[in-house]
Amino acid sequence: MVNLEVKIHDLNLKNPVMTASGTCGFGEEIADFIDLSSLGGVFVKGTTLKPREGNPYPRMAETPSGMLNAVGLQNKGVDNFINNIYPRIKDINTHFIVNVNGSTIEDYVAVTEKVNELDKIPAIELNISCPNVKEGGMAFGVSCPSAEAVVKAVRRVYDKTLIVKLSPNVTSITDIAKAVEGQGADSVSLINTLLGMAINAETRKPVLSTITGGLSGPAVKPIALRMVWQVYNAVKIPVIGIGGIMNATDAIEFLLAGASAVQVGTALFIDPTIPIQIVDGISAYMERHKIQSVNDIIGSLQC
Amino acid sequence: MNMKKTVIDFLLIENKQLNNDNFQLILQSPIPLSNILPGQFTNVEIKEAKEIFLRRPFSILDVDYKKQTISLLIKILGRGSKKITEAKTGQVISAIVPLGKSFSQPEKDDKILLIGGGSGVAPMLFLAKICGLNPSQVHVLIGAKSSVDHIDIANYQQFGQFYYTTEDGSLGEKGYVTNHSLFNQKIEQFDRIYTCGPDLMMKAVAKVAKEKNIFCEVSLENMMACGFGVCLCCVEDTKAGHKCVCTDGPVFNINDLKW
Repeated sequence: MVNLEVKIHDLNLKNPVMTASGTCGFGEEIADFIDLSSLGGVFVKGTTLKPREGNPYPRMAETPSGMLNAVGLQNKGVDNFINNIYPRIKDINTHFIVNVNGSTIEDYVAVTEKVNELDKIPAIELNISCPNVKEGGMAFGVSCPSAEAVVKAVRRVYDKTLIVKLSPNVTSITDIAKAVEGQGADSVSLINTLLGMAINAETRKPVLSTITGGLSGPAVKPIALRMVWQVYNAVKIPVIGIGGIMNATDAIEFLLAGASAVQVGTALFIDPTIPIQIVDGISAYMERHKIQSVNDIIGSLQC
Repeated sequence: MNMKKTVIDFLLIENKQLNNDNFQLILQSPIPLSNILPGQFTNVEIKEAKEIFLRRPFSILDVDYKKQTISLLIKILGRGSKKITEAKTGQVISAIVPLGKSFSQPEKDDKILLIGGGSGVAPMLFLAKICGLNPSQVHVLIGAKSSVDHIDIANYQQFGQFYYTTEDGSLGEKGYVTNHSLFNQKIEQFDRIYTCGPDLMMKAVAKVAKEKNIFCEVSLENMMACGFGVCLCCVEDTKAGHKCVCTDGPVFNINDLKW
């Protein structure tokens, strides 16, 4: 029997496989397919202070080995989460982590304070990397001073586990990672989507209503792996790996590169049972390699 | 009890070319199927296809619970639909069923008009079959470009009265479905209109239904990634804001749309 438990600051995960924000709703939407309690954690849909309608259709374009999205943080707001969603999910035996978004620092702080009141939400993921909103989002995550400012303000009001989700659309992701670590972030998750674009040559028009959107799926995996490895070597806080994970081998590669846990995202669109297959696949890998604890894989890349 | 959404490895037991670009695929499930309704759809994985990453949604033409099969009518529209029509019998095809909301059940005395265009014919035939009405109450109007584009509906003939239009006049009345005499002269006799097909066709149908104040449901097919309400990509801008076509639809009452 292998030991799959990992730790992200104060969070004890039963296994390192979680679902990424924006790809699993509030968990309920995939509960027909999998037992949520067999996951290490569920990162719920990006949440803002006020409801948001998101961007106009079309919001999606299929691309080689991936897809672009431009959803734009459509959500019913934090109060809806607290009043209508939280009571339904709070007793499910996994960690639900709220992905917190805002247009201003005050927004981030206000959402965080509200989520802080919820006993069964042990952590937040501060999203300073959404590429699909006009204000806030990625704007906070692409420079060290703005990333520091928002993390500092949120840290002041939040004592539970604070994870910061980083943008790959930067010159040096390690600089941003070190900056947020310096302001008290407990963990970083990376990568959010890469800014991309799709064009319909026949109509001479962009495919997305917003012209540009966020690229995800296997197409981004090599970039994500590289960034996780760089950040792992630059900070002391645990790293959560995200980017194009489709199977157990992909997940193990992220663990080897230094991720303490992973998030499965776009793969859920193809097959929402993939996270369970990944948990089983990691166990099988460990048995095959006679590895007792998954912690022995983390960062064990031999260069 | 509604069937849980399930990812199923189906066995392709029949792949029949119906005409130029329409195919009928019959998929057999290794597990029992239950309560799959007209208007619901399945999201099918396209394996080993270069540059195809996402599943492709198709409406369900029929279900045989005893044989545990679903039947799909697939019209070639792009790379994904083309690839799936090239599948060979004996091949395993992963599909998620059942997805989305179905057309609503008519009242027992209703006279209903079902209007299908392109592969939108599929849920109309399925609805005609299981709506539970006397065939005299069920009128099915099918439009296509030419007679060769119409599919054989012999297996459904018994469930209603069938009418055809073709753009070239080679079968039924010439023109679009909205040019058909049943539609433009006798529409008032219907209590409900259900339609599935190209957007322009459904919008033209909805316009008349609205003018005449006839109950009308349409089935949308916005581009989607997941099919079960998590990617939020297939939204329709409705009177109540952005709604997911995959979970709030694909069937919508026209009064809820901004059409």
